[in-house]
Amino acid sequence: MEVALAGLIGLFFTIAAYLLLSKAIIRMLLGVAILGNGVNLLIFTVGRLTAEVPPIVPDGQYVPLEGSANPLPQALILTAIVISFALLSFLLVLGYRAYQELDADNTDNMRIAEPEDAPRPPLSY
Amino acid sequence: MATAGTSYDSLELPPAMIEAATSAADWVVVWPVALALFGAGFLVMLRGQRGIQLPFAVAVILAIMVSNLYLLVRIFETGPVAMTMGKWLPPFGITFAADMTSAVFALTASFAALIVAFYAQTELTERGHRFGFYPMLLLLLCGVSGSFLTGDIFNLYVWFEVMLIASFGMLILGGRRLQLDGAIKYGFLNFLATTFFLIAIAYLYGLTGTLNFADLVAKAADIPIGPLTAVALLFLFAFGVKAAAFPANAWLPASYHTPAVSVSAIFGGLLTKVGAYAAIRILVMVMPDGHANFQWLIAVVAFATLILGPLGALAQVNLRRAIGFLVIGGIGAIFAGFALGTMHGIGGAVFYAVHSMLAITAFYLLAGLIEQMTGTTDIRKMGGIYAASAPVSILFIAMVFIISGMPPFLGLWPKILLVEGGARADNWWLVFALLANSFLTLIAASRLWAHIFWRNGQEGERSEQPNPDLHPLEREESVFGLVPTMALMAVIVVLGLFPNWLFSASGIAARDMLAPERYVEAVFAEVPQP
Repeated sequence: MEVALAGLIGLFFTIAAYLLLSKAIIRMLLGVAILGNGVNLLIFTVGRLTAEVPPIVPDGQYVPLEGSANPLPQALILTAIVISFALLSFLLVLGYRAYQELDADNTDNMRIAEPEDAPRPPLSY
Repeated sequence: MATAGTSYDSLELPPAMIEAATSAADWVVVWPVALALFGAGFLVMLRGQRGIQLPFAVAVILAIMVSNLYLLVRIFETGPVAMTMGKWLPPFGITFAADMTSAVFALTASFAALIVAFYAQTELTERGHRFGFYPMLLLLLCGVSGSFLTGDIFNLYVWFEVMLIASFGMLILGGRRLQLDGAIKYGFLNFLATTFFLIAIAYLYGLTGTLNFADLVAKAADIPIGPLTAVALLFLFAFGVKAAAFPANAWLPASYHTPAVSVSAIFGGLLTKVGAYAAIRILVMVMPDGHANFQWLIAVVAFATLILGPLGALAQVNLRRAIGFLVIGGIGAIFAGFALGTMHGIGGAVFYAVHSMLAITAFYLLAGLIEQMTGTTDIRKMGGIYAASAPVSILFIAMVFIISGMPPFLGLWPKILLVEGGARADNWWLVFALLANSFLTLIAASRLWAHIFWRNGQEGERSEQPNPDLHPLEREESVFGLVPTMALMAVIVVLGLFPNWLFSASGIAARDMLAPERYVEAVFAEVPQP
């Protein structure tokens, strides 16, 4: 199971890297989304996958049963999902606004903050 | 390490639940975060009330400063302070813990935010108020304070994101085309860095099974060196991007000059230092063995950052972009201390970060005053402010010396610590880079001074021709813009003349960072010994 998930995570990271290296904003956004999911799966996998028992503490006891699932990665992933969803939504709107205002989906054409024909530093005083 | 840190495995679990309430004084560790968060929420509710925004934000930041000051005094007297949430003892509950580094950084950050809160009054439009500048400022401070004060690595990630989301909002406040362009680059690259941070956390958790700094200190020592090095490299990359260290610095000068000046100031002052803080906290304190194999790499990064930062500043015609490159040069000095990793190195890095937070904020605010007087960001079109406003020109020449670390200002002392550390470690390349950085920064900053202040008019005009676009500061700009800037500069000058307490603070900070027994003890203080 770990091996299969590790392969899947590797695939996710590969696709994300490929998409993030693209110049189109919308592809980069997809890359960001896939990378986020890859990381969530990674956290899930490193938290051990042995469990078939839900991590519920039986009545009158203080510790969960032997061999139960690790609940912590699930809490971490939940937090990470919420955060990366918020960031993804923001970047999505930002990308759309940039497309409207700058009339560019290609990062090569987004040169307002760093103009391509930037003036040379003044040599005289 | 004879603390309770390693012994909880044999602990009876029922006693691991805290029965007694946390003592009131211990709340001081979370007050800065909680106050900022609630203050921000309150200000969002009152976003129609323009008049109340500034007074309320200032009141909240002052309360945060008082809390940070109390925390600092307490750490001076009794050592690190820790508090664990939710009735669970460490390492099960989420811990907030502060040592000297955290407290000094948090106090400095809240002071910078206070100055910026006043300054923002000069340039905020009705729209800026409606879209919530002050709530976002408080949220940013919440994220920054949380990053400094947390004692839990996943929590650190969460505060990074709080900070990041607030900074997105501030960056595009106003929505000009320039800002959208800058925000795209800032957004994607910072998101990528935090994702790498999360990947590194996942691996570290997989290796150690814990998230608590103090617990990690003990457990990271037992990990085989190979995986530990890989994790440490991932952390270094993530924090290097956050701190804008070479070669991952391109996003900073592409975005920091686009928003309003007060936003540039708070970003330049605080955000990169949070990255540097996290790098030192995780790599030096939590996993000191992890980066032993690539200490040379950190030194190379520090060297390149130190040299290339001010060289970039030299090549700019946009005033705020030039300052952006000087921010990068300052990060180089912090990384130089980090690369040395000795008492002098870490102490110097902490000291330099405090200096850099204050100085960079003041520098951006000064740039804002200059832009308001000349109506342009292009230094070729500036000129003649020397005659138009004496206070601004005095502040700027002082700034030139502060930023390049000339005596008698604050920047000198951490540079001395770092140079001494480099000499003792026989790392003469870093010593050379630190001195060359001061020299190049002096050239870059005094060139700005010459172009903006010294000559009468614009570039290429005859020297007696005054600058036609120049107009003096209006009354509101003087009260809310010039006076806070002067106050900030005054603090820098006074701290530079009396640096003793900062010297002792950075000494304590470096000792607790390199030998974190006191930190670990403070976190595990309430764990009953089996």
